[in-house]
Amino acid sequence: MYHIISIRDFGRRDLDYLLDRAREFDAGECRSATLDDKLVALLFFEPSTRTRMSFATAMARLGGRSIGVDSVEASSIVKGETLADTIRVVSGYVDAIVLRHPKEGAARLASEFASVPVINAGDGAGQHPSQTLLDLYTIRQSMPIDGIDVGLLGDLRYGRTAHSLALALSLYGVTLHTIAPGGLEMPANIALELRERGMEVVEHSDVQEAIRELDVLYVTRIQRERFPDSASYYNVASSYRIAPDLLAGVKDHLMILHPLPRAGEIDPAVDRTPYARYFEQARNGVPIRMALLHEVMK
Amino acid sequence: MSRKDRSRGLLVSPIKNGTVIDHITAGEALNVLRILGITGSTQECLSIATNVESKRMGKKDIVKIENRELRTEEVDRIALLAPQAKINIIRDYRVVEKKGVEIPKILKGVVRCPNPGCITNTNEPVESTFEVLPKGLHCLYCDWLIKDDIANHII
Ligand SMILES: Nc1ncnc2c1ncn2[C@@H]1O[C@H](COP(=O)(O)OP(=O)(O)OP(=O)(O)O)[C@@H](O)[C@H]1O
Ligand SMILES: [Mg+2]
Ligand SMILES: [Zn+2]
Repeated sequence: MYHIISIRDFGRRDLDYLLDRAREFDAGECRSATLDDKLVALLFFEPSTRTRMSFATAMARLGGRSIGVDSVEASSIVKGETLADTIRVVSGYVDAIVLRHPKEGAARLASEFASVPVINAGDGAGQHPSQTLLDLYTIRQSMPIDGIDVGLLGDLRYGRTAHSLALALSLYGVTLHTIAPGGLEMPANIALELRERGMEVVEHSDVQEAIRELDVLYVTRIQRERFPDSASYYNVASSYRIAPDLLAGVKDHLMILHPLPRAGEIDPAVDRTPYARYFEQARNGVPIRMALLHEVMK
Repeated sequence: MSRKDRSRGLLVSPIKNGTVIDHITAGEALNVLRILGITGSTQECLSIATNVESKRMGKKDIVKIENRELRTEEVDRIALLAPQAKINIIRDYRVVEKKGVEIPKILKGVVRCPNPGCITNTNEPVESTFEVLPKGLHCLYCDWLIKDDIANHII
């Protein structure tokens, strides 16, 4: 049985295979690859609109059906029941489970108790592999990933999307440029792991210093909760905000990505530049999740 | 009993059957017992000697456990704290088996994950699971890395 739990479980070849499959689904080349007799459970123990909707969309596009519980219903399910028990029970109803849960490692645990495949749709501050895959997919639509320069901007301390994207990019000989406000730098053990995987990691103190070198700028949310007061938040947030004037002299093919939702990290005026690719990125969640759902249930 | 031991006979008395853990890194005897799950409230009859002089190690600790032969899987985790420890199985006052300890690849239910958000710190029916890497202990659920002070994380 095939589970999708953590980007760490994937080698370069696995990633490339899934990206290729997603492209085939995107191009409509897989009309016969349907899941019309399949049912998936979307178990979301934490709120999420985007991820949940794109899994539901992907399943519907494949001709399959999904049943789901959202965070409110889910919280009553778990009253007194362990996740392990919920998973054992739901395994009896469906052909695969997509799980979003607030605890790190929840998806790994679920895969141990499930009798059907489990896809991790985000476990707390932990892994969110389908997000990483769609990030890679979006980059690869425009350029080969090998050897490019990728900047990660924003909260690199708590931001799980940044961590797992960096891990995946380390398989492609990418040079990573980290740009984070003081206190939100990438944790030392993650930077160490990246370097152990052979990745060149360059730290920068501001965007301006790095932006002209970049092929991809990946912006993540800076959350207000991370700051002691709103003054220090606004101070940091404004100095890390991407606005059109910052983009003078960047590479023509620079792509700006963001996992969305954005707070104030990207000025809406940037949306009208050719560099803004985050809406396309969000749209790519569907073919990626089609590839994943199909892969685990085919 | 060897002659040199008899000369230290006051430290610990001989046992008829059981296990002697010798050459424990000085000062780690109590942590070794904790990692074995042997506490004051368990049944075993124990003798512990700490900071005993040792030709090979300068100082060492020794633990003697009566009427219990420790199995390899339960004993290997000692290597995290005392890599040079030697396990001696005693039957009828004699050492019948002597083995070293090897650091296991996976530790299940031995250390608690320091990450409060980790699924292993909930009421789920799951044991903490760490893989032992050169740079530390890696939680297989949440990817947390315990770099030092392993003794402090023993369950
Ligand atoms: N019957 C016994 N009761 C208690 N302790 C014992 C008994 N027999 C041996 N020991 C202890 O077990 C350890 C190993 O005994 P052994 O006779 O093999 O000593 P050794 O030759 O010094 O071995 P090593 O090379 O491992 O130090 C010693 O610390 C010894 O004091
Ligand atoms: Mg000796
Ligand atoms: Zn953990």
